[in-house]
Amino acid sequence: MSQVAGGLIQEEKLIFEHSDPGRRGFDLPPLDVPEARLPEGLVRSDIPGFPEVSEVDVVRHFTRLSTWNYGVDGGFYPLGSCTMKYNPKINELLCRLPGFAHAHPYAPEALSQGALELMYRLQLALGEISGFPALTLQPAAGAHGELAGMLMIRAWHESRGNPRRKVLIPDTAHGTNPATAAMCGYEVVPVASDADGTLKARTVAELMDEDVAALMMTNPNTLGLFESDVKEICDIVHAKGGLVYADGANLNALMGIARPADMGIDVMHFNLHKTFSTPHGGGGPGSGPVGVTEKLAPFLPVPVVVEENGRYRLKSDLPRSIGRMKAFYGHFGVLVRAYAYICTLGPKGLRHASEMAVLAANYVRARLEGTYHLPYRERSMHEVVFSDRDLAGHCATLDVAKALIDRGYHPPTIYFPLVVRGALMIEPTETESKEVLDEFCDAMLEIARAAEEDPQSLKDAPVRAKVRRLDEAAAARKPVLRWMPGN
Amino acid sequence: MRYIPHTPEDIRQMLSAIGVEKVEDLFSPVPEKVRLKRDMELPGPFSEAELLMEIKRLSRANAEVDSTTSFLGGGAYNHFIPAVVDHLISRSEFYTAYTPYQPEISQGTLQMIFEYQSLICQLTGMEVANASMYDGATACAEAVLMAVRTTRRKKVLISAGLHPEWRRTVETYCRYLELELHSVPLDEAGQTDAAVLESLLDSETACLVAGYPNFFGVIENLEALFVKAAAKGALGVAAVQEPVALGLLKSPGELGADIVVGEGQSFGIPLSFGGPGLGFFAAKEKLMRTMPGRLVGRTRDLDGNPGFVLTLATREQHIRREKATSNICSNQGLCALMAAIYLCLVGKRGLRDLASQNLAKAAYAKERLCALPGVSMVYTGATFNEFALKVEGDLEALLEKLAGRKLLAGIHLRRFDAARAGQLLVCVTEQNSREQIDALVDAMAGGMQ
Repeated sequence: MSQVAGGLIQEEKLIFEHSDPGRRGFDLPPLDVPEARLPEGLVRSDIPGFPEVSEVDVVRHFTRLSTWNYGVDGGFYPLGSCTMKYNPKINELLCRLPGFAHAHPYAPEALSQGALELMYRLQLALGEISGFPALTLQPAAGAHGELAGMLMIRAWHESRGNPRRKVLIPDTAHGTNPATAAMCGYEVVPVASDADGTLKARTVAELMDEDVAALMMTNPNTLGLFESDVKEICDIVHAKGGLVYADGANLNALMGIARPADMGIDVMHFNLHKTFSTPHGGGGPGSGPVGVTEKLAPFLPVPVVVEENGRYRLKSDLPRSIGRMKAFYGHFGVLVRAYAYICTLGPKGLRHASEMAVLAANYVRARLEGTYHLPYRERSMHEVVFSDRDLAGHCATLDVAKALIDRGYHPPTIYFPLVVRGALMIEPTETESKEVLDEFCDAMLEIARAAEEDPQSLKDAPVRAKVRRLDEAAAARKPVLRWMPGN
Repeated sequence: MRYIPHTPEDIRQMLSAIGVEKVEDLFSPVPEKVRLKRDMELPGPFSEAELLMEIKRLSRANAEVDSTTSFLGGGAYNHFIPAVVDHLISRSEFYTAYTPYQPEISQGTLQMIFEYQSLICQLTGMEVANASMYDGATACAEAVLMAVRTTRRKKVLISAGLHPEWRRTVETYCRYLELELHSVPLDEAGQTDAAVLESLLDSETACLVAGYPNFFGVIENLEALFVKAAAKGALGVAAVQEPVALGLLKSPGELGADIVVGEGQSFGIPLSFGGPGLGFFAAKEKLMRTMPGRLVGRTRDLDGNPGFVLTLATREQHIRREKATSNICSNQGLCALMAAIYLCLVGKRGLRDLASQNLAKAAYAKERLCALPGVSMVYTGATFNEFALKVEGDLEALLEKLAGRKLLAGIHLRRFDAARAGQLLVCVTEQNSREQIDALVDAMAGGMQ
């Protein structure tokens, strides 16, 4: 049964179109010092087009915009590889505590002990979960952590006299992996996954030589499959003097089960906004801490948080460090939320979360297999990838996605990974009940029936959202990227 | 566990549908030899009440700006945040959504970003702005990479007035790209030395990056610098660490900038020990197709109704892979929302008034502090809400003494450069009352005796 009924959708103009000269939504205390002036010639005459609106205008405007969005709090969001789990509310309160929200990054260390202790404890916790002895919390997002990690790999090779030239990247990798390798000055060599969807030790052995700096892998991979050869693969890469980078996007399958460092991985980034429940925020801020083995620790970005006799400080004198990845110390507000999440679940709770995430994905798979084509049949971990091959009526993955919207769901990740034509990548996460999974699967099955009986109804979808399918080609051909007075 | 709904009965039914006996069986692809055969050693589990108590205890070990008198700036600014900002960003339709991949159910985020892009263009005087970057420092690094891509040149000039942590971030990003980074020193006014710039500029120069205002609070003569750069075909990059200044100062666009990047934390985003902040990134239209990051554009739906989508994705990593303009695949969505809400509230006149107050308070503080014996300005150039002082005697000891009284007088610049021992960067915003400024002056006078 569909979850949505027709409802009230309010129209709303651009904020600039509400502007009325003289309106304001902000006031200041009276100036208590003499006025000051800048030298002639430095001052701007106007900010053309800048809004003038009241507080009420602003509140109503953004409230209305929010109602056009779909979030995890509103419904099931099985966006594969993004781990859209529930975002705990207490964590929102904790990161807003005045001692955290109003802490200045250059306050003396003696007056920043709480923030530094929290960061230190989070480093320890992430180290225990992953097996890595050294960590940085500085990177701002997963891709940023990847960049930090690959820069460390390059710095390590350089320190041994030869940066090497190539990086091996499986065809199932996130697009950020090749882009990151290129930013580190490396040439990308694609590696084909096997017929069963996993990377084989023999394939890596064939490609591995002494000009390969690193292999970048994701485990479980983006097909949701565990790379069972991981240990052998790492051994092969190490034997030729290379290092193994792991994209930690899919760590939600493994907490308490197996640790990347124990698999032979040398460097891995975490996505705190995926595995550790911090909100995705409509696209950010994320947080991408990186764990490394002992030999890479001297190359960590500065500063690092250290503890000495119960006092915490920021250490910057790491002569072999790759440098800074950003200003200050990382997305501290996100770190607070992630640490709170780890504390709430505890060691057994985190393991249970991973188990239930894997259970949920396999349950969805069991219910949809047979109706939707499953290109890879190995046991799924935290997510499952179907394709549109068997859909009737010339319906494609995009039609399924849009039809799900009309039935009250956020669609899965579509057309990724690239190795599956018309991929539908479903990651249910552990926070969704069996009841929710059943309703979603019912909707998916009903859509498959509709593809046979009334394919046009899928092609017309969505009809219940704020807008219908949008003309993306026109948007790219003649880009309109800002409002201007009079347009 | 209150976030995980599965009862033993649910689990049993799900296992049976899958056709396995135990949850353990689902992990059969994980080889024994890589399994963790013990419980992890971690804190918790905590009840909500225990967690609150524990984390509160940590938060109290910090000095927050409300319980101290703070004159700290240096790229992170203490501005007043209207209650409306947190109220609106707490709508879970905003904060529990992800990147607007499905535009039909993401029009809220998409229209908001379109408005944010428009606001940033208006402030900076640029023609196109992206959906945001991680922070000012990384936006600055991406601007350098974009200038290198566009000009196909390898030499990058960076003013010594750029925030030192931004400079280090640029160095990290450029580390293995075979670029030449040169520093352009400051003159007595604290502005980028135009004569030295002239001598460094050549036909291999990709860009000049200059702070506006710069790290020492000085307002650069961007126009003069960028004219010189343009004459050699190099791009002018303005890096704004305190964008409240743009309420008063001429926009970098008016002064000839090709790219304007900056840190938007001042616009309604809490200090939060330095992050998350907001990197803004804007440029001239001719550079649009080489920009990094997400862009939102206006279009129409099947029925002809207006709507918004992510656009020009062929620049990005998920399509272009190793040939992408950047590896970035997110933005600072919620922080961009904070800035958009804040800027709409503050508005055209409010931003000017706010900037004027910052200027006036800083001018008052500067005048009074410089009247103290043993205190003088490092540079002679005009400043906005921040300025660098030379302080005679043991500055570190003085600052420690004042910090003991919860008075944070400023940033000792020795932290960034040993040659700057004895230099204090003082920031004064609308949050600092005259009483606080007078207290700072008295404490400095008393402490120095």
